[in-house]
Amino acid sequence: MSPKTLYDKIWDAHVVHEADDGTCLLYIDRHLVHEVTSPQAFEGLRMAGRKVRAPEKTIAVPDHNVPTTPDRVNGIENPESRIQVEALDKNAREFGIHYYPVNDIRQGIVHIVGPEQGWTLPGMTVVCGDSHTATHGAFGALAHGIGTSEVEHVLATQTLIQKKSKNMKVEITGKLQPGVTAKDITLAVIGETGTAGGTGYVIEYCGEAIRDLSMEGRMTVCNMAIEGGARAGLIAPDEKTFEYVKGRPHAPKGAQWEAALAWWKTLYSDDDAHWDKVVTIRGEDIAPVVTWGTSPEDVLPITATVPNPEDFEGGKVEAARRSIEYMGLKPGQKLSDIEIDTVFIGSCTNGRIEDLRAAAEILKGKKIKDGIRAMVVPGSGLVRAQAEEEGIAEIFKQAGFEWRLAGCSMCLAMNPDQLQPGERCAATSNRNFEGRQGRGGRTHLLSPAMAAAAAITGKLTDVRELM
Amino acid sequence: MEKFEKVHGVAAPMPLINIDTDMIIPKVHLKTIKRSGLGVVLFDEMRYNEDGTENEDFVLNKPAYRNAEILVAGDNFGCGSSREHAPWAIKDFGIKVIISTSFADIFYNNCFKNGILPIVVEDEHHAILMEDAHKGENARMTVDLEEQKIITSDGVEITFDIDPHRKHCLLNGLDDIGLTMEKAHHIDQFEEKASQARPWV
Repeated sequence: MSPKTLYDKIWDAHVVHEADDGTCLLYIDRHLVHEVTSPQAFEGLRMAGRKVRAPEKTIAVPDHNVPTTPDRVNGIENPESRIQVEALDKNAREFGIHYYPVNDIRQGIVHIVGPEQGWTLPGMTVVCGDSHTATHGAFGALAHGIGTSEVEHVLATQTLIQKKSKNMKVEITGKLQPGVTAKDITLAVIGETGTAGGTGYVIEYCGEAIRDLSMEGRMTVCNMAIEGGARAGLIAPDEKTFEYVKGRPHAPKGAQWEAALAWWKTLYSDDDAHWDKVVTIRGEDIAPVVTWGTSPEDVLPITATVPNPEDFEGGKVEAARRSIEYMGLKPGQKLSDIEIDTVFIGSCTNGRIEDLRAAAEILKGKKIKDGIRAMVVPGSGLVRAQAEEEGIAEIFKQAGFEWRLAGCSMCLAMNPDQLQPGERCAATSNRNFEGRQGRGGRTHLLSPAMAAAAAITGKLTDVRELM
Repeated sequence: MEKFEKVHGVAAPMPLINIDTDMIIPKVHLKTIKRSGLGVVLFDEMRYNEDGTENEDFVLNKPAYRNAEILVAGDNFGCGSSREHAPWAIKDFGIKVIISTSFADIFYNNCFKNGILPIVVEDEHHAILMEDAHKGENARMTVDLEEQKIITSDGVEITFDIDPHRKHCLLNGLDDIGLTMEKAHHIDQFEEKASQARPWV
C-alpha cells in the first residue's frame, strides 16, 4: 500500500462516492451548529420539506450573540440577537438535535464545547458554519468551516461535496523558550507563510515543540490554521489526546473504547508520505509575538518595531500603509511602547483553562494599570467553574479584571462587548481585521500571558520581563 | 438557483489585498435570519461614514461603478470568517463575477452556492483587467463562462480555468442538495459499513 499522510487516511475513510472528475461526497461525523450561520439553513430545510438526516450527530449551542454579563439569565436585551438565539432554540427542538441552551453550565463557544463534551474524536470529520472549526484538528480530526449553504447540505445529507486539498507539513522542531506559547507558534507560522500561504492545503503540524504542547495548546495552534488560509490544521493523536478524550460524556466506553483506540493509533502520517509543501521552523527561534497591523500575517516579535510599508513588496505596500494608518502607529515605533486601553482574554483560540492559568500566573498578586478595561471571558461554563474552583477567578478579580460568562464576546463583538472607535485592545483572539472588535477598534493579537502583562503595564509588554 | 448567463458590464477595481469577510460585511449585519436585502450594507464600513453618509472615495459610490456587475479585486479576496452573508451581500448588490489572483477557500466555495462566479487569473492578466476596470463606466468587460473567457473593453481575451462540475452547476442553476439526494443510496451504504467499522461514531 502506498504511504499516506494523516489527512489522506481520514479522507479515505470518509469518501461516500467519487465522481470521474475527482469530486467526492465526504461523510461528516459531527456537525456543530451555532445561532449566526444556521437560521437560513434550517429555513431552507423547512421550505423543502427536508429533515436533519443524522440529528444524533448534530450539536448546537448559542455562542456568538450571547451577552457575557450576569444579567443574561434574564434574557437577551438586543432584539436581533434574541431572535437569532430563539431561532436556534426552536430549530434545535423542532429538528431533534443535541442542544446546550444559554443557561446550561455546558454552554460555551462551540469549538470549546465540542472537545469538552467528547463530541470531537480522533479520525472524525467535523464541520461547523464557522471558520475556526479548524480547532478540532488538534485531535487528529479533519475539521473545517463551511458556509450556510453547506450547513444546509450537511443537515440534509450528512455529507459535503469536496475536492481533496494538498498536503502541507509544518514542523516546529526543538523546544520553546520560556514565555513562548502555542499562540506564539501559530502566529509565527502565519507570519512565515502569509494569510494565503495555506490556501488549497490541509496543514499537519508536527515536530517536538508540537508534541510537547498540551491538548489546549494544540487546539490554539490548529484554531488559527484558517488564518493562514488552510482548509484545516491537523495534529496526529497520541497518548495526550487519548488521555484528554477518555471519560468525556460522549467519548466511547468499554469495548468500544478499545476498538476506537486501536484505530486511532493508526492515525499518523507514514514516514515516506508525500508532502506538497514543507515549512520548518526552529522552536528556539520563536519569540513572544504581537500583531501590529490588520491581518494576522502582520506579526513580529515584541522586541521589534513597527515596519515601514516601503519595505514590503507588491500589494502589501499599500495594505501595510493602510493598516498602519488604521492602527494609528508610526513606522519605527517600538512595539513595546504601544499603549492600550483594553485587554480581552478569551475566544475559541485562548479561552480554555490552560490559557486562564497562564494569564493568572502573571497576574498573581498584581493589579492592572489604572484606567485599563480588562475582561476575561471563559470559553465555556465548565471552564469558568473549573477556574473558580482552582482560585484563578479570584486572581483575575483581585487584579481588576471583569470575570464574565462564556461566549465569543469581544472576539467578534456581536454581543455588547465591543471596542469604541480608536480604542486599542490587547486580545487573545484570532483576528485583527479592521473593525473586527468594533468599528474603528484597533486589535493587537497576542498570547494570554502577554495579554496579562499588557494589562499590568498598560502597554504591549514582553512577558519575559515579568516572569 | 438561477442559471449563470454571460455577463457584459462594468467592472469595479478594488486592488487592496486581503479583503476579509469582516470588510465585506461587518458583524452587525449578521444578526439577520434571512438571506436577502444585504446589498445595501455591502462593504459597510468602507462605503459609509460614521454618520451614515456615503464615503465619496469608495469605488462603489463613484457614479461610474454604482452598477458594477464585476469586481476585480486584490489577492486573497474573502479571507477570514466563513459568513455566507458576504456572498449574499455581493449578489444582492448586483455583482455576479469576482476576479482575483487568489480567493480564500471557504469564500470561494460560498460563491458557487450563490450563483457568483469567482475567477482566478495569473498576475499579468490581473494587471490587464485591473487597468481595464479603472477605465470606468464606458469600458464594459465581458465574462463568458461557457467559453471560459474574459474579454476586456479593448477586446483582449483572457481564458480561465474552472472546475467542470462547478461550471456545469452554475450554467444550469443546479442545487447541490438535490444532486446529492440522488446519491442517497450511496450514503445509506456508507453509513451501514461505517456503523460496523467505527461503531463509536
